[in-house]
Amino acid sequence: MKPDLSVRIGKLDLKNPVMVASGTFGYAEEFGDFIDLKKLGAIVTKTITIKPRLGNLPPRTCETPSGMLNSIGLENPGIDKFIKEKMPFLKKLGIPVIVSIASVDDPGEFTILVKQLDRIKEVSAIELNISCPNLHKERLISQDAKDTFALVSAVRKLTEKCLITKLSPNVTSASEIALAAERAGSDAVALINTLGGMSIDVDKRTPKIGSWSGGLSGPAIRPVAVKMVWEAYNKIKIPIIGSGGIIDIQSALEFFIAGATAISVGTANFINPRASLEIISGLKEYMADNNIHNLNNLIGSLKACES
Amino acid sequence: MNQAQIKAKIISNKRFKDNYWHLEFESGLIAMHALPGQFVNIKVNSSIDPLLRRPISIHGTKGPKVKLFYEVIGKGTQILSSRKPGELLDVIGPLGNGFDLQATSDKRQATILVAGGMGVAPLVFLAESIKLKKPLVLIGAKTKKQILCLQEFKALGCAVKIATDDGSAGFKGRVTELLGQVLRQAQGARQLAIYACGPGAMLKAVSRMACENNIDSQLSLEEHMACGIGACLGCVVSTKSGYKRVCKDGPVFSGKELTW
Repeated sequence: MKPDLSVRIGKLDLKNPVMVASGTFGYAEEFGDFIDLKKLGAIVTKTITIKPRLGNLPPRTCETPSGMLNSIGLENPGIDKFIKEKMPFLKKLGIPVIVSIASVDDPGEFTILVKQLDRIKEVSAIELNISCPNLHKERLISQDAKDTFALVSAVRKLTEKCLITKLSPNVTSASEIALAAERAGSDAVALINTLGGMSIDVDKRTPKIGSWSGGLSGPAIRPVAVKMVWEAYNKIKIPIIGSGGIIDIQSALEFFIAGATAISVGTANFINPRASLEIISGLKEYMADNNIHNLNNLIGSLKACES
Repeated sequence: MNQAQIKAKIISNKRFKDNYWHLEFESGLIAMHALPGQFVNIKVNSSIDPLLRRPISIHGTKGPKVKLFYEVIGKGTQILSSRKPGELLDVIGPLGNGFDLQATSDKRQATILVAGGMGVAPLVFLAESIKLKKPLVLIGAKTKKQILCLQEFKALGCAVKIATDDGSAGFKGRVTELLGQVLRQAQGARQLAIYACGPGAMLKAVSRMACENNIDSQLSLEEHMACGIGACLGCVVSTKSGYKRVCKDGPVFSGKELTW
């Protein structure tokens, strides 16, 4: 029997649970030469804001042990140009398009963005990026359960589309914030965004990236992400989209077993553009080998260690 | 589709001298499409340490062979230098925009290539591609020992001038000072175009001098990259029309365009 990889995220049906994470896949066209984009479970776009953003001062990335730091600062063309110039390509792909959005100065900006995206049929879901660490804010929306609840509640009233809330690991308890998002009507949570980090050039005695600190991603953060997914799985009922250092089938499986309904491949796209598709085929193989016909039987199947 | 991710067979990987290495791998697709100034992005091993690919400019092609000339400067290039012929190398390429050769298709036009240190690597490929009238090549390095690719440029029929910081060969001083001298001598003689690759400070000086003398310059930039294919927006440089990606919009930029 052919394994059933389909999953449901709120109202959104995915033919397979492998997506690409916001900010690591551009607007998909950048990867068209390297993989068959139609095979992906879904695409999450680079985060869009109301106005165009130049982004942060370079250098914007640096390599760290088994990971990397980035501080791009949400460089994007703004919602109008995104709809005009980037959506046509995404619409043609025929796979779910999840548009990531963020506010810069005022959470009210989410309302304007959601109203605009709600009118576009091909936007399958909206991801609320309330956890970008590179906007030089003292506190992010996702670092406060009340702020998260207020934001998600306000946005929920405006759209029937699937809403995904992307959460920060830079908190005491990510599952508390996930619960607030669930109570406010979010269809799913995405866990985790990057961890705050810093790296120093000791010869120059300068930070290695222009905006001093950035967000850490890659295999280095995977154990943190797996734990947060597992904790959230035990606390909330809505689906979790797991991410954080997934580079191959083994690392993807950890997230499903911990309780993720879907996963997103992030930094791995930079290193191996084929990573997401290799994970899809790896998942089919693993399920066939382990007699798992339906992916839902794998999700959250974590057991205690045998004594 | 003229760029791809390929498992390419290493044909040879030899130390040239000191920390400088020549590597050749086989990829008909990359060799066929490669233009001077473009680069390949290499995963030096299959481990997560180092995690990211290493961008290296294309030094030349021969049939289905792609030639690289690189310097071992850190962990990534160290591992690359340990890779053996016959092994498969995970390569993405050819990437980025190469040099615009328009200026070299006019016989009245004289072309100057300015190379600093490892900047010679893509400029040999460029010199090879300039057919009509061979360029004048200015090579700069700290000492005579670090002057690279002199024979390659000469074999291609280029006139070569050298600058060393310590005066151990050729002009004593920076290659940009040598360029200043050449420009003064050539003043008003004919149309000039400058192509340059080297350290950031050298490129800034070349672009400033070119602008002051109303000469078109094309500069090949180097920057740390994460994806190399224009997706992550990590390797940007400041231009008159905002930030541009070195990997996708460059690595070659017009000197007039840059604002750094």
